[in-house]
Amino acid sequence: MSTQPIQIQPLSQPVNIGDEVASFSPEVEAEIDGHLAKYPVMRSAILPLMFIVQRERGYLDAPGVAYLAKRLRLRITDIWEVATFYSMIYTQPVGKYHIQICKTLSCKIMGEPGITDHVCNKLGIRLGETTADGKFTVSLVECLGSCGTAPMFQIGFDYHENLTTEKVDQILDGLK
Amino acid sequence: MFIGAIGCEPLQLARVHLENSRSLDVYRKNGGYQAIKKVLDSMSPDDVINELKKSALRGRGGAGFPTGMKWSFVPKDSPKPKYVVCNADESEPGTFKDRYLMERDPHMLIEGMLIAAYALGAKTNYIYTRGEYRYLIDIMDVALEEARAAGLLGNKILGTEFGCEIYTHTGAGAYICGEETALLSSLEGMRGHPRMKPPFPAVSGLYAAPTVVNNVETLTAVPDIIKMGGEAYQKLGTEKSGGTKVWSVSGHVNRPGVYELPMGYDDMEKFIMEDCGGMLGGKQLKAVIPGGSSVYIMRADQIIGKDVRMDYEGIVAAGSSVGSGGFIVMDETVDVFESTKNLTEFYKHESCGWCTPCREGTDWLVKVFKRIAAGHGRPEDAQLMLDLCDNIEGKSFCPLGDAAAWPIQSAIKRFPEDFRKHLVTSIDSGVST
Ligand SMILES: Cc1cc2nc3c(=O)[nH]c(=O)nc-3n(C[C@H](O)[C@H](O)[C@H](O)COP(=O)(O)O)c2cc1C
Ligand code: SF4
Ligand code: FES
Repeated sequence: MSTQPIQIQPLSQPVNIGDEVASFSPEVEAEIDGHLAKYPVMRSAILPLMFIVQRERGYLDAPGVAYLAKRLRLRITDIWEVATFYSMIYTQPVGKYHIQICKTLSCKIMGEPGITDHVCNKLGIRLGETTADGKFTVSLVECLGSCGTAPMFQIGFDYHENLTTEKVDQILDGLK
Repeated sequence: MFIGAIGCEPLQLARVHLENSRSLDVYRKNGGYQAIKKVLDSMSPDDVINELKKSALRGRGGAGFPTGMKWSFVPKDSPKPKYVVCNADESEPGTFKDRYLMERDPHMLIEGMLIAAYALGAKTNYIYTRGEYRYLIDIMDVALEEARAAGLLGNKILGTEFGCEIYTHTGAGAYICGEETALLSSLEGMRGHPRMKPPFPAVSGLYAAPTVVNNVETLTAVPDIIKMGGEAYQKLGTEKSGGTKVWSVSGHVNRPGVYELPMGYDDMEKFIMEDCGGMLGGKQLKAVIPGGSSVYIMRADQIIGKDVRMDYEGIVAAGSSVGSGGFIVMDETVDVFESTKNLTEFYKHESCGWCTPCREGTDWLVKVFKRIAAGHGRPEDAQLMLDLCDNIEGKSFCPLGDAAAWPIQSAIKRFPEDFRKHLVTSIDSGVST
């Protein structure tokens, strides 16, 4: 008879968040200080800071989260809690150009479906996917406040309005 | 896209077509920062609030609450700091007026906020802008810098004892953060969940201190009210809806755009059929959602020949509401079942998940819509959807739940034929939701 004890696995494994903490250039640190100076409570700067981390690192990765926790004197979970609420905060990598096509009513009735098909066919990917070279991601999003100039999409922070398939070609072909 | 005033002199849109309309220089040369000067020279905070009350200005963010009254709720004797927060989250489908007000005339917003800060005794103020409008945040930051350099922000504004700061703040993609208490949660660095009211923000808002949250268009109306006087401003509109209102128009019209009209403009049919250039391609008008997606959808025959006055009372009497003033115009090709499905998907996506009726209810509604759209409709589905709406409306933690139910309730009632044709099983199946 074996005397080996039975190994019982814990039901949930702690997430490996690593112990790496992101670091930034003095210019970016100064930009971050500028945001922190606006608020009487540090935590208020969480969204502006997340955008900065995202801009510098492509998305909000674990070292970026660790940095924010340290900088804002919060727990790691506080940062994840906020990050997962907001659709513009990415916790996964996205393409260099994120094409966000508005699918809400005004755009829908003014030709969004044709634009979406055209973009997907042109890039050879489906909604939510990224091209193999990491250049483009395509998603559908809700109303972006361009209903009067529908259909439209936003690439990164840039608005492209009154879209036609020709215009889409021009825009996408122009992106390096 | 059209941008301009019809039926009145432009107030809010007075400078939008000027070259360099964003600059401090152009703003100043065209009457800018006269109102804050008048306020600081000759008016007490109570005088300002009284002018606002006389103006009959109602909040342009959606609820239409009288602004002067809202400001008067802020306790004067509170030892806490006070805050003015501008709601520039503008995410209501069909609404894009705040965007153009900020893009073309950022100093008008700054002046409005300065006057509000003076009236309420606020030293620190924020403009909460939706994250997608990053370019507007950049425009506002430039304008704020200009104002600071010209002594219009900071200590001793225009050489007086009054001083305050205005900062921009970014959202990050969440419609619910337009709801004022969720906005404050978000501004405090939390998830954007709404909070219990009361206490109202005027008593306990940002950092538990007295706070006034106002829409962009509400605040940009303030300088003109001060300049012309509350009474004169009110007279531009009607007794209960003072002044002018900026509407966004999208969908199947020849001239979509941003239109400034006097409150009580006569009438909605003329507005759509003439001012907005009539229907695209000469098609028939079928439906209009006049106040952003969160209001009752109207049938064409509730508008055509009905003399619908365009103000708070007039549109309610016609069977809908002003809401955010976002007109979505739909022609005969639109299937109202499809358009309602589209909006329900929006509310499901934007439900913040805090309370069960809205989180689960919107999810079920989308499931039912999708099943019907896939050809598995059943005659009893209309009632099923109404029951689901009934379990959300009035039973949710914040008004987003109601806003999700209203489009469906009104669409089923007003366009039964569009639903009926889907509520037969076109594919034989035993599929259930
Ligand atoms: C779900 C929801 C979304 C809202 N979105 C906005 C918005 O984007 N912009 C806005 O000004 N008000 C919005 N509101 C209304 C605000 O809660 C609040 O009433 C308004 O900002 C007050 O300003 P006002 O009195 O100047 O209208 C929203 C309300 C709800 C319930
Ligand atoms: S009604 Fe919807 S949006 Fe409002 S608190 Fe409940 S879940 Fe959140
Ligand atoms: S519906 Fe697409 S921008 Fe508003």
